[in-house]
Amino acid sequence: MAELQFAAPETVNQAIKILGGAKGKGRILAGGTDLLVQMRSGRIEPGFIVDVKNIPELTEIKKEKNGYRVGAAVSGARLGEHKSVKKKWPGVVEALELIGSTQIQGRASLGGNLCNGSPAADSVPAMIAAGAICKIAGPKGRRTAKVEDIVTGPGKTSLKKGEFIISFLLPEKPKKSSEAYLRLIPRTEMDIAVVGAGVSLTLDNQGICTKARVALGAVAPKPVLVEEAGLILVGSKLDPDTLEKMASACRAACNPIDDMRGTVEYRTKVAGVLATRATQIAAERVRSGR
Amino acid sequence: MSKQHVTMTVNGDPVEVLCRADQTLLDCLRDEMGLTGTKEGCSTGDCGACSVTVDGRLVCACLMLGVEAEGRKIETIEGIGESEELHPVQRHFLEEAALQCGICTPGFIVAAKNLLEKNPNPTEEEVRYWLAGNLCRCTGYDKIIKAVLKAAEEMRG
Repeated sequence: MAELQFAAPETVNQAIKILGGAKGKGRILAGGTDLLVQMRSGRIEPGFIVDVKNIPELTEIKKEKNGYRVGAAVSGARLGEHKSVKKKWPGVVEALELIGSTQIQGRASLGGNLCNGSPAADSVPAMIAAGAICKIAGPKGRRTAKVEDIVTGPGKTSLKKGEFIISFLLPEKPKKSSEAYLRLIPRTEMDIAVVGAGVSLTLDNQGICTKARVALGAVAPKPVLVEEAGLILVGSKLDPDTLEKMASACRAACNPIDDMRGTVEYRTKVAGVLATRATQIAAERVRSGR
Repeated sequence: MSKQHVTMTVNGDPVEVLCRADQTLLDCLRDEMGLTGTKEGCSTGDCGACSVTVDGRLVCACLMLGVEAEGRKIETIEGIGESEELHPVQRHFLEEAALQCGICTPGFIVAAKNLLEKNPNPTEEEVRYWLAGNLCRCTGYDKIIKAVLKAAEEMRG
């Protein structure tokens, strides 16, 4: 086995160069909570580890004209301490904070959670619901992509050779908007989602939903945006009939596996339940101004 | 295999160490610096036995590479308490008999001290959630939680 190499570049361009030189054997290290475990188990054998935490663009949280920009390597602990982001994007923050223990929170990041490609990644449905946009760097320059277009299957992403995510734009929300993320696990914490549901919505002054996005995790080979579920909510006051129609659209979007965490039937049913409850929580957050 | 030169601060002292790119911070602390107070449990980030702080942030030393520690401030169990006097968290662990085999204890103490620095007056629930990533197979946790709450009370004065 060739000797493992390590670099901690300070700019995006340096990182691109190093990844290019690693000829496909390079791996990005953000929090390392998945990467190091996979290396130890022998599942992956990288030739070059590129630590991106010394690059300011990957570790900053800053306000921009169109929303907040969160570096791909920002830890859950840091994002959770950011009051403005937490107030506007409670779904994204609560989803990231659900991952692992205090120790894991000290390292785990949005970028790592997404690029690890797990269908059950907690922060991904929440980011999809929030309409988050990735800024990506690579040998051919920079591009942007929607979060829902990154994961293509278990452990697989649409990122091309040498590309990596720099940051996420959480787009500014209209007034009277909020969001929520819920997941089901068999215990109270620190487990992998059986089902996850993220909902982001906007209400008008009469309480009518004017905008909604619903996304599900752990019910298909990749996290899914259920566009129809969002469209069903729009124009309604989130009454029980509408919520049931929305839940039905969620169930129809499910294509889960059977495993020790849950059967196909169970996961499908729970997807509708969690999407309903997340919708109600998001609406309650709008009404209460929290 | 060639080693990289890494400079970090460990328990307040500047330290220079040579480590391979595939060594974890835990390997570096134990094998290269002889700081064996930090324990290896699962080596996959599940048990918290290797808890240390990096720039004040609680992490598992098994899930971080030693070479990542360049320029960082690391605190381990060896940096807690004075040579003649235990830290209140350590003392209350003894007084409450909050340990048996002791493998999880350094991690618990590092994690509990980190909590009390951020939140000097935690509820029992907050202590339990904060320490949920530290596993103990001996005590059943109650004595540990009690020790942390008593230490918090003493430290608040």
